[in-house]
Amino acid sequence: MPCIRINGEDRTLSGHVDSLAALIAELGLTGKRIAIERNGEIVPRSQHANTPLAEGDALEIVVAVGGG
Amino acid sequence: MQDPLIIAGQSYQSRLLVGTGKYRDFQQTADALDASGCEIVTVAIRRVNLGQNPNEPNLLDFLPKNRYTLLPNTAGCYTADDAVRTLRLARELLDDHRLVKLEVLGDPHTLYPNVRDTLKAAETLVKEGFDVMVYTSDDPIVAKELEQIGCCAIMPLASLIGSGMGILNPWNLQLIIEQSNVPVLVDAGVGTASDATIGMELGCHGVLMNTAIAAAQDPVRMALAMKLGVQAGREAYLAGRMPKRFYSATPSSPREGVISSRSG
Repeated sequence: MPCIRINGEDRTLSGHVDSLAALIAELGLTGKRIAIERNGEIVPRSQHANTPLAEGDALEIVVAVGGG
Repeated sequence: MQDPLIIAGQSYQSRLLVGTGKYRDFQQTADALDASGCEIVTVAIRRVNLGQNPNEPNLLDFLPKNRYTLLPNTAGCYTADDAVRTLRLARELLDDHRLVKLEVLGDPHTLYPNVRDTLKAAETLVKEGFDVMVYTSDDPIVAKELEQIGCCAIMPLASLIGSGMGILNPWNLQLIIEQSNVPVLVDAGVGTASDATIGMELGCHGVLMNTAIAAAQDPVRMALAMKLGVQAGREAYLAGRMPKRFYSATPSSPREGVISSRSG
């Protein structure tokens, strides 16, 4: 099972998580206002479903928070 | 619209820009923004907390999209690379949003800008089509370079971020205002309404603040005070103040016709 890095933490994916969209669903983030960078590149929302995940991928998943 | 603030081709009626950090809760954030009359609101971009209940309220739910222009920032970034990545994420997050606030910090104690990386990030972002409002030191040479790179607003600090120390170097701010062909906004250091007024009286085109409102005893009331302070300063600037007359009093009432027992 592939091991990837999400927001700086290592995680092992369960078998059925074969795309970015599936991972988003697993994390309970479907439909949330998030943005994702994969290996340094932005993955547009429209591409989540057909972006595969591979061993060693590094993801950043961000939200807007209060700040000045 | 009378006397609009124009940033990157967009007109704004309010010259007060407000941050969304450090409030008690999202409701207080929304109430303070409302009282401030602001139209541009800064937000930060952070990693989603994976352990957190995904159904927790989100800041964006409290900021009506048709009311506020969001200004994602790069607070906390110490390199040009991190700042650029953060704003690319912000653009994706906010549906191809282009107006951003760039800040690249130099050290966690003073939060003073790292000017070299700020210039570097600004170049990349402008090339990528961002409208960059840039936080910088009050060095007029750097301010000019940032303008030449193509930043749409120059935002020098008045004093350190979150310090509330007010406007420490009005002379440098004025140098920057006089030389700039894009709006100059005081960003950081304002502590109370008179600081905002002084900045606007100097000729600043706007003021951006967060802590001065959020850390007040009554943030919603302070938000109103800041709105009025910015308006007062702008009006005074446009009105043109009277010249100072040192060591020479001039009465406002006529000198003649005063009743007197001395004149007989």
